[in-house]
Amino acid sequence: MSSAATTAAAVTTSTLASGRSQDRDLRSLAFLGALWFSLFFGVAVLFALIVDTAISGAPRFDSALFTQYTQTFDPERAEALAATGRDPKDLSAAYTGFRSGIVGSIILMITTALLAIPLGVSAAVYLEEFASKTSRFSKVVEVNLQNLAAVPAVIYGMLAATLMAVVGVQRGIAIGGAVALALLILPVVIITTREALRSVPDEIRQGSLALGATVWQTTWRQTLPSAVPGISTGTILGLSRAIGEAAPLVMIGFGAINFAPEFPFVTSKIEAFPLEIFNAASDSKEVVQQAASAGIIVLLAMILGMNAVAIIIRNKFQRSW
Amino acid sequence: MSTQPATANATSEEEPLSLALSIDEEAAHSVIGDVPAESVMETFHLNVYYGGFHAVHDINLTFGKNEITALIGPSGCGKSTVLRCLNRMNDLVPGARVEGEISYHGQNIYAKGVDPIAVRQHIGMVFQKPNPFPKSIYDNIAYGPRVIGMKVDNMDDLVEEALRGAALWDEVKDKLKQSAYGLSGGQQQRLCIARTIATKPDVILMDEPCSALDPIATSKVEDLMLQLRDDYTIIVVTHNMQQAARVSDRTAFFTAKPDETTGNRTGLLVEFDRTKRLFSNPADQRTEDYISGRFG
Ligand SMILES: Nc1ncnc2c1ncn2[C@@H]1O[C@H](COP(=O)(O)OP(=O)(O)OP(=O)(O)O)[C@@H](O)[C@H]1O
Ligand SMILES: [Mg+2]
Repeated sequence: MSSAATTAAAVTTSTLASGRSQDRDLRSLAFLGALWFSLFFGVAVLFALIVDTAISGAPRFDSALFTQYTQTFDPERAEALAATGRDPKDLSAAYTGFRSGIVGSIILMITTALLAIPLGVSAAVYLEEFASKTSRFSKVVEVNLQNLAAVPAVIYGMLAATLMAVVGVQRGIAIGGAVALALLILPVVIITTREALRSVPDEIRQGSLALGATVWQTTWRQTLPSAVPGISTGTILGLSRAIGEAAPLVMIGFGAINFAPEFPFVTSKIEAFPLEIFNAASDSKEVVQQAASAGIIVLLAMILGMNAVAIIIRNKFQRSW
Repeated sequence: MSTQPATANATSEEEPLSLALSIDEEAAHSVIGDVPAESVMETFHLNVYYGGFHAVHDINLTFGKNEITALIGPSGCGKSTVLRCLNRMNDLVPGARVEGEISYHGQNIYAKGVDPIAVRQHIGMVFQKPNPFPKSIYDNIAYGPRVIGMKVDNMDDLVEEALRGAALWDEVKDKLKQSAYGLSGGQQQRLCIARTIATKPDVILMDEPCSALDPIATSKVEDLMLQLRDDYTIIVVTHNMQQAARVSDRTAFFTAKPDETTGNRTGLLVEFDRTKRLFSNPADQRTEDYISGRFG
C-alpha cells in the first residue's frame, strides 16, 4: 500500500467529523473569553460612567445650563418661588448654569490656538525644511519634544504662572491660561505638523526648486498647503485635550468669575468650563450637583465633537501620493 | 548604495586591464570625438563626492546649442549626479561636494556669488517620476512664472503656449481647472515638461523622463523632445539605447570603475561623440559591449 492510501484509510469519519472542534475546546474558549473581557472592560466602564452621569444630570439639560451664570441665591426668583413651600435657596440654585465657564473656555481655546498654531507650525517647519537633519542640535530637540509631550499639565501651569508673575500681570486672566495650555499642546502640534510635512513627498519640493523657486517659496506654496489637513487634525486633537484641563488653570488662578468677560477678552478675568464643573460637583446642594453632571456631558460632547471634526478632516483630505 | 565590492562588473573581460590603470590614467583615455561647435554648457574636470565617496571622476563634456545630448551608462555610474550638477540641484543633497567647473555661456555656475536659484531659472529639470504639484493643471503651469517673478502680460496665454509647446493643449484645454492628478502618467510627464518651459529656460535637463511611461506615452515624449530641440538645449539621461539613438544628436557613455581597495565605484566618461558614430562605430570596447547589450 502506498503511503497516500494508508493516510486515506486512516482518515475515517471519526477523525474528521467528530462533532467537536479543537478550536472550541475549554482552554481556547477560556482564553477567548479573557480577551473579550479585556476588550470590553474599559469600554463598559466608560459607557457605565457616561450613562450614570447622563442620568443624574438629566433634569438639567435645559437652556439655563448655557445661559445662566452660577446661581447661589437669587432673592427675586426665590421670593417668587417661596409660595411653593420649598427652600428658596435650593430653588434659585436649581437655575444655576455654566455661562461664564463655557464663554471662558471658548475664549481660552481661541487664544490657545492663536498662540500654539503659529509657534508650533513655525518650529516644525524650521525643523523639517530648514534645519540640517543630521545635526546634533536637531537630535537634541527631537528627544526633548518627545519628552515635553509627556510632562504633566500642572507643570505647564506652574511655568505659565511664573511667567505671568515675572511679566507682572494679574492672576486669573485669559492670556495666562492660554499660555499654559499652549505650552501644554505645543509638543503635540510640533510633532503632528512635522509628520504632516514629512508625508509630503520630496519630489514636490524638488519640482518646485527646479523651477527656480526658493526654499521659502517652496515651503510656503507647496509643502505647507499640502500639509494643512495633517496640521489641523493634530491641532484640533491638541486643543481637545487642552479644553478639558483644569489643573494648570488652577495654578494660574482661574475661578469664581460670575460675569461676562469684557473686551479685549485676553486680558479679562475668565472662568473655565472644567473648573466650574469641578466646583459645582463639590457643592452641597443636590441640584447643583445635577447641573455638574449635565455640564460633564456637555464638555464630553464638545471634546468628542472636536475629535470628530479632526477625524473628518483627516479622512476627507487624506491623499495617497 | 554601491559601497560593496562590485562583483557584477568583475566578470567583464576588460577588467584586469582597467584595474591595472589608475582612475586618472583611465580618465585620460576617454575618447572625445566630435565636439559641438556652439556650446551652451561645458563641464571642466567635474568631480563629485558624496561625503567621502567619490561618485564621478573628471568629467569633461560640451553640450551643444539646440542639440539633444544623451547620457548613457550602467546603473550607478553617475549620470544623474552629473545631470543634477548642471543646474545645481545637487546642492540639495546633504554632504554632496562638487569640484571643477561647469560653465554656462562662459560663466562658471559654481563660482562664488552665483545664486543657484538664478541658475535653475535658466536650466530647468524634468524628473524620472512625473511629479505634478497637487494643484490644478492651470496652476501647475502658472506656478513657475509666478514664483520667479516673471513679467507676464496674460497668464492664460502663457499657460496655453506652454501646454501647446508640450503637445498637451488639445488633451487638457477643457479641464484646466481640474487637478493634475487626474491625468495619466504620460500626460503628467508632459505637464511637467510644460511647467518647465513655461518659465522660458534655456536648457532642459531630463533624468530618465520616460522610464515610468508606457511605449505610446514614451514615443509622445520623444516626439516632443525632438520638437523642443528647435528652441532649447536638452540633456537627457536614459537607460534606453533605442531612445538615445532615436532622439539624441550626441551621446556620452559613462562607466563605473571600482576602486581596488575600497570597492567603491566611481563614474567616469568613456566616450563622447555624435550619436550616429558612437552607436555605429564605437571607439572603445566598453562602449561597444554596452550598446550591444553585452554589459550593464
Ligand atoms: N544622495 C546621495 N548620497 C550618497 N550617494 C549617492 C547619492 N546619490 C547618488 N549616490 C551615489 O552616487 C553614485 C552615482 O549615482 P547616480 O544616481 O548618479 O547614478 P546613475 O548613473 O544615475 O544611476 P541610475 O542609472 O541607477 O539612475 C552611486 O554610487 C550612488 O550610490
Ligand atoms: Mg539616475
